[in-house]
Amino acid sequence: MPTIVVDVMPKAELLDPQGKAVAGALARTGHTGFTGVRIGKRFELTVDGPVDDELRAGVKQIAEEILSNSVTEDIVGIHYVESNVELAEESLEAAAEHPDEGYVAPAGETH
Amino acid sequence: MRIGVITFPGSLDDRDARRAVRLAGAEPVALWHGSHDLDGVDALILPGGFSYGDYLRCGAIASLSPIMSEVTDAANKGMPVLGICNGFQMLTEAHLLEGGLIRNDHGSFICRDQVLRVENASTDWTSGFEPGREITIPLKNGEGGFIASEETLDRLEGEGRVVFRYVDVNPNGSLRDIAGITNERGNVVGLMPHPEHAVEPGFGPDTAAAMRSGVDGLGFFTSVVRRGLVEA
Repeated sequence: MPTIVVDVMPKAELLDPQGKAVAGALARTGHTGFTGVRIGKRFELTVDGPVDDELRAGVKQIAEEILSNSVTEDIVGIHYVESNVELAEESLEAAAEHPDEGYVAPAGETH
Repeated sequence: MRIGVITFPGSLDDRDARRAVRLAGAEPVALWHGSHDLDGVDALILPGGFSYGDYLRCGAIASLSPIMSEVTDAANKGMPVLGICNGFQMLTEAHLLEGGLIRNDHGSFICRDQVLRVENASTDWTSGFEPGREITIPLKNGEGGFIASEETLDRLEGEGRVVFRYVDVNPNGSLRDIAGITNERGNVVGLMPHPEHAVEPGFGPDTAAAMRSGVDGLGFFTSVVRRGLVEA
């Protein structure tokens, strides 16, 4: 299933209180060495049909007008990849095939 | 005068806003976000709350509601529109007001009686105040930090469109202590604090005179009622 991923981040010049709170928690738990944490959003839009120019133009418009607010956020990426769900399923299948190798989180794993 | 108060899924202060309208001498009209009908009202209030659970961004999904196309048309024709808290966030998301609201700089929800200075007493919702007057009304928000580009802030200041500024304490990191702004015409006003919670003795902020006797919020609603009477 074609999946379009839109990544949105708070503007770089703005304070990101969520990221700041996470950075504080990292420091408290001894995970030093990180100079900053910022938290953004990842949208996964799925479609049945082909990803053509018309669809790409529509996604760009949606990303700019609805998924993000240009006053507070920047769109940092629009790309066309497998969804997190698909990546997670592949990972589970791989783990089932090679039970001795333990669990290896895929690149897109989020939970 | 009939003043519509729009209820969105997750609105909390719609009933308080309708009560404030009644106490100011106007007829409150309950409106529904899913409708395209403003029911012939003379002014509109977008109330506070957490529409759509603040999903996506505060006020963002509500700003795409069916009724918002009518709200935008009416606002552009000069109808008085007041956005309180979540309603202010909706007005910025709908591009009826400039700037945006982000999470409080200290990261916490805040609830306090807040002193504001009325910087612009010529809007439809503030004409009953003396310019420079300080008022106290409740403030309660988690994402009330007003931001805009330096250029936009300079323009808002230069055109007298900063309507309210926080006094003594900046409770949420709002740039230049801005608590509320208006559009070029002065008919659309948005602010984070809640005037509708300070309209009736016994239920408002404390004053030097007596506990909970503050009714500084009533002036918002009587301003628009008076304007309606003058124009009628």
